[in-house]
Amino acid sequence: MVNHYADLDARFQALSDTTRRSIVERLGLGPASVSDLARPLAMSLPAVLQHLRVLEDSGLVTSTKAGRVRTCRLEPKALAATEGWITERRVGWERRLDRLGAYLDDQQTNRQPKRHP
Amino acid sequence: MTTRSTALATFVIDRHYDAPPDEVYAAWSTPTAKARWFAPGDGGSDYRLDFRVGGHELNRGRAPDGDVYTYEATYSDIVAGRRIVYTYTMDRGDTRISVSLATVEFEATGSGTRLTLSEQGVFLDEGDKLEFREVGTRALLDSLASALGSTSG
Repeated sequence: MVNHYADLDARFQALSDTTRRSIVERLGLGPASVSDLARPLAMSLPAVLQHLRVLEDSGLVTSTKAGRVRTCRLEPKALAATEGWITERRVGWERRLDRLGAYLDDQQTNRQPKRHP
Repeated sequence: MTTRSTALATFVIDRHYDAPPDEVYAAWSTPTAKARWFAPGDGGSDYRLDFRVGGHELNRGRAPDGDVYTYEATYSDIVAGRRIVYTYTMDRGDTRISVSLATVEFEATGSGTRLTLSEQGVFLDEGDKLEFREVGTRALLDSLASALGSTSG
């Protein structure tokens, strides 16, 4: 049995921001320098660094500095295989159960045209 | 070169639906109904359901990442309108990636049905496969989106 929910909470919190999500999505393609990450974002470099700090604190992202270039990457351990699996499987179920709800609503709408919203 | 590993995991999902248990149960037990929400045909997917104890269910489809995933279930216990217990395997290509025991329970509430789904699974040999973690990342982002859109946390 695995219980990573506390860690997951921290990560969800770190990801509760559009900018940070776009940074994580970019890093999903591979490591990138801070300036590469900042380029598509409409904000100052210090603001980008602040977002990276939150992501690093959550354990999702790590960075290393070589000379004047700081390179960021997703931390694979933060998404250990098991956790990734549970998340994936669980999310798959959540989606399916959403569709089940939509299907049941359709069925009921067909039967009861006067359904309250 | 595969690193052999097993990882056991359990999770439970609770949902409430504004429909009586018999209707929710019918959506699980009727092949045409189940196909509509469980295996919506996104091109080339294959779905079959033989809903009885000892009966099998198959769902095969290509994921956005290009891999073909095959789900094969065997029904172990069925109590009409109350519960469904089944085991299932999941294959990615020709590789078995998990074996699970799933239990679905339907409980009448004042205004509808409380559905409880629990899954106990063993996830196989995935320790060295980075792509799963990337899938996990995407899933994490997706689940964040749905978590923000609902009251469950």
